[in-house]
Amino acid sequence: MGGFPILSAMLAVPLFAALACLFVEAKMARTIALGATLVNLALGIVLWAGYDIGGAQWQFTERAEVFAGFSYALGIDGIALMLIVLSVFLMPICILASWESIQKRVGEYMAAFLFMEVLMIGVFAAQDMFLFYIFFEAGLIPMYLIIGIWGGDNRIYASYKFFLYTLLGSVLMLIAMLWMVNEAGTTYIPTLMQYDFAPEAQTWLWLAFFASFAVKMPMWPFHTWLPDAHVQAPTAGSVILAGVLLKLGGYGFIRFSLPMFPEASAQFVWLILGLSMVAVVVTSLIALVQHDMKKLIAYSSVAHMAIVTAGLFAFNVQGLEGAMIMMLSHGLVSGALFLCVGIIYDQLHTREIDRYGGLSINMPKYALFFLLFTMASIGLPGTSGFVAEFLSLAGVYKVSSFATFVLTTGIILGAAYMLYLYRRVAFGEQKNADAAAMKDLSVREWLMLGPIAAAVLWMGVYPESFLAPMRADIAALDARIARAAPEGDAKISAGEPLQEAANAMPGDHVSETHGAEGAH
Amino acid sequence: MQTILLIVFLPLLAAIVGGLGNRMLGNTVVKSITTGALFVSCLLSWPIFIGFLNGSLTAEVVPVLQWVQSGNLSFDWALRVDTLTAVMLVVITSVSALVHLYSWGYMDEDPDQPRFFAYLSLFTFAMLMLVTADNLVQMFFGWEGVGLASYLLIGFWFKKPSANAAAIKAFVVNRVGDLGFMLGIFGTFIVFGTTSIPEILAAAPSMSGSTIGFLGYRLHTMDILCILLFIGAMGKSAQLGLHTWLPDAMEGPTPVSALIHAATMVTAGVFMVCRLSPMFETAPTALMIVTFIGAATCIFAATIGTTQWDIKRVIAYSTCSQLGYMFFAAGVGAYGVAMFHLFTHAFFKALLFLGAGSVIHAMHHEQDMRYYGGLRKKIPLTFWAMMAGTLAITGVGVYHLKTGFAGFWSKDAILEVAFARGTDMATFAFWMGVFAALLTSFYSWRLMFLTFWGKPRWIESEHIQHSVHKTPEEAGEDTTGGYKPHESPLTMLIPLGILSIGAIGAGQAFAPSFLDDAAFWGESIFYNENLIHAMHAVPLWVKYSAFVVMLLGLFGAWLAYIKDTSIPGKFVEQFRYVHQFVSNKWYFDELYHFIFIRPAFWLGRKFWIIGDQGMIDRFGPNGAAWVVSKGTVAAKKLQSGYLNSYALVMLLGLVAAITWILM
Repeated sequence: MGGFPILSAMLAVPLFAALACLFVEAKMARTIALGATLVNLALGIVLWAGYDIGGAQWQFTERAEVFAGFSYALGIDGIALMLIVLSVFLMPICILASWESIQKRVGEYMAAFLFMEVLMIGVFAAQDMFLFYIFFEAGLIPMYLIIGIWGGDNRIYASYKFFLYTLLGSVLMLIAMLWMVNEAGTTYIPTLMQYDFAPEAQTWLWLAFFASFAVKMPMWPFHTWLPDAHVQAPTAGSVILAGVLLKLGGYGFIRFSLPMFPEASAQFVWLILGLSMVAVVVTSLIALVQHDMKKLIAYSSVAHMAIVTAGLFAFNVQGLEGAMIMMLSHGLVSGALFLCVGIIYDQLHTREIDRYGGLSINMPKYALFFLLFTMASIGLPGTSGFVAEFLSLAGVYKVSSFATFVLTTGIILGAAYMLYLYRRVAFGEQKNADAAAMKDLSVREWLMLGPIAAAVLWMGVYPESFLAPMRADIAALDARIARAAPEGDAKISAGEPLQEAANAMPGDHVSETHGAEGAH
Repeated sequence: MQTILLIVFLPLLAAIVGGLGNRMLGNTVVKSITTGALFVSCLLSWPIFIGFLNGSLTAEVVPVLQWVQSGNLSFDWALRVDTLTAVMLVVITSVSALVHLYSWGYMDEDPDQPRFFAYLSLFTFAMLMLVTADNLVQMFFGWEGVGLASYLLIGFWFKKPSANAAAIKAFVVNRVGDLGFMLGIFGTFIVFGTTSIPEILAAAPSMSGSTIGFLGYRLHTMDILCILLFIGAMGKSAQLGLHTWLPDAMEGPTPVSALIHAATMVTAGVFMVCRLSPMFETAPTALMIVTFIGAATCIFAATIGTTQWDIKRVIAYSTCSQLGYMFFAAGVGAYGVAMFHLFTHAFFKALLFLGAGSVIHAMHHEQDMRYYGGLRKKIPLTFWAMMAGTLAITGVGVYHLKTGFAGFWSKDAILEVAFARGTDMATFAFWMGVFAALLTSFYSWRLMFLTFWGKPRWIESEHIQHSVHKTPEEAGEDTTGGYKPHESPLTMLIPLGILSIGAIGAGQAFAPSFLDDAAFWGESIFYNENLIHAMHAVPLWVKYSAFVVMLLGLFGAWLAYIKDTSIPGKFVEQFRYVHQFVSNKWYFDELYHFIFIRPAFWLGRKFWIIGDQGMIDRFGPNGAAWVVSKGTVAAKKLQSGYLNSYALVMLLGLVAAITWILM
């Protein structure tokens, strides 16, 4: 890629577009936003294509000292690459989703989204801890505005809850970061990832980071901001919230908690697994009784994110890779499910499940897409959800069969609440005339759902494209944390093998006389 | 062997083209594409099967695409073809092709035909992926793929609430089994470091003495792995405990019942146990459980079958029961025999279902046998097809003449092999099997007599009343109500004819290979030569036991439904509670409703209202907000603006500070 600072370019394009959007009228703002996000998507593809699998761990690095050890340092490994690609992939879709449904303050809205894109790419590309912190926390602001200004009726409560929750953890994280920089003498993340902190210090550092990441994830019981935020956010806000913002917690765990505090991570394995198990069972059951589509999907997100945390703390390659694929998969699938809700919400202006029904009749194409994403959410093999679930749980099984057993009940409950949702929305009689009169997908909506559907199937059938860039990084992380890996509960102990098959019969039966070659 | 690629992927291609083309292509085009693809697949499958029959082909794996590679866990898309696969190939593609053809007639008036045919082809593709799997994960792919197709087809008439409920039930109950399957795969991966089936089978014997920790217990490795995998098989094959979805699945169109819920998908569990037979042979306890569950299901389902009125439900319970036979055959180590019964059962059970569909078609969608009667002369071709199916399922044949219908060869072999095995569990299975054979004969003939013999009782049916626009009072003496049952069109009769040939001759033709030819099976299953020798050597009374109970069942049915039709009523009167218990399907649905479904919704509401809103929100963000707002009230009081109170606070502070310094 030569010396072209592609990561900086990916930050600059949406930043300038955001500024431009503030000064133009609605139609122009939409065009600028779409153009900028598409340019970034193209840059993202260039980034992916230019990423040298098996090359240096950190690629496309840029570094400029700013002051006092703080530096503008960018660079990505395979993990960051995949999350950046996910972000730039979802962004144009979000802009399309807002094309008609956002009618007030369009310029500011587009600016907020583009600014969000800057921050998301920044988070994943930052190599300086404070730079990371700035991007990480600043990401709150545009989301806060998107919910608070363009949200639903109860948007103020939701946005304040969202802000309060996510801010709480970040203070502790900042203190921990300051301490770490003081201790290690650098703000450079790759160096810190190799730095061995004293095990006692690790414990509280881990907890401080946990406070922030657990809320972002969100893990049970820090999850109650999510359903409210999703319900009140405009469609595109939900997509980006589920698609990218929720991945910040997982990214934090994989970038900070695990490599920097391996001993502490091992110490808290059961905290993570415990919370994950509770989350899967409890939030799945809650999802079962929801009447609001967005709330249902929001609760299902919590359950899926629990698989991510469990996979991350399985301390093995399958768990880590499964967790990463789950983040990507969930980003696509739940994003798509929110789009599906948005498409019918735009026409009927209600998220009440019972107001719909029989949509397969008047919206067959929509029903097909919705079915695909429902199945991907359930984790049907052939879709991305399965690869994610399977690898994560296979990883967890190496640690604990019990945790795996509880987490795997999610496949039953997940099927129950998603199919129950699908049945009430797409099947049954057309109860309401207005729902029956809804139009099937427009070209714009096709353009939103089609690419995600293709990506979901691609990731399900040939996940190698997504696993390959991350392989070396995950292997390095696995090697780094291997020393602290918890012992599994399988503990296979060899024994004397059986001498013969279970149904072995004594040979040379006397019955030859009886006509063994007879009928039977 | 590259033809396997065509066999497997043509149906997928047809499903995609047909499904997405839908209205754009129109009914005839989509139907032709899907049906055509299936017939091509079928024609390509038979040479493979014949190749294995005459020994000219050997097992082979055709790689397709890399799938997942994660650390030491890797599995690819690949198509495995060996004898076991070849048997399944012909079963699946033949029945599927015939069902496609049959559906031309049966679904003729449906407004949504392209979707139906696309689903059927999609199902076939998934089923083929299942049986060609070379690793457990691809098998799971097929497993879930057929589950999806089954869900879509059961719920095909998605406006009906009952169909939707049945579809969800089928999927979710299967997922309970899948929980076991998935844990089984994880465990297998931990123990063997691979999911490749041949590698697992090769390594299994060496692990047979080892123990493993599972949920806090220490268990025999191979036993727990096989039990977990078998739980998956129980779900898909509707075995006792996880069977509740199968009868409800009859909400789907009848061709679906024939293809998915009789001939192919539900046998996937049996296929899995046979595919992994060398592994199961290292797990004695697991095999005991397989035998027990199989035997228990075969008798349990048969009892219910005798009390149902819906023609499709009778056959559904019959399927459940026959699957039980296959499982206990596998459990006692006779995998070839289990596969043989799977093979013959596919033909005669598909025939019975399609025949029932033809009856339903003739009777204006009426499914209740109480409103049939006297149809023998009205729809003779359907009658003879059903007769062939009934003779096959009841196992008509004479040992000394060495002739019989398909079921005679396979079911009798199962009973004999269970007897020959000789263990307590196998003997239990034998007796259960014999008793179930009696009931099989009874409910099968009951179905025949109620449907085809006796006086017409048609006018009682609401469907018929709708058709002839008469009430029973208006019809008076004429219990037909003037309704004219019509024989089905040729597209439906041809499949019935072909399947009849299978039901009559499949046993006779293939018994030597399936039962006695170790070379035919090769390495594809665990072939227990000594057991087969013992099977042929069982006493004569064992060989005739099935024949005798078949006659008893026939006699009982004749007595109760032809000779003196008041007997069933009297019987029910006499044994009211037993009858109620059985006809209510042993109250499994009610039980599950009370211990699983209601608590799940109740818990969900409680977790939501009390947990999330009442606890977390109340003491979390809302609590924090409350503290802040109360705090500001307190702070406001402090800033009163009165100089004297400020002075007082200052003074107190000063005193405190001085005290602290002096201390």
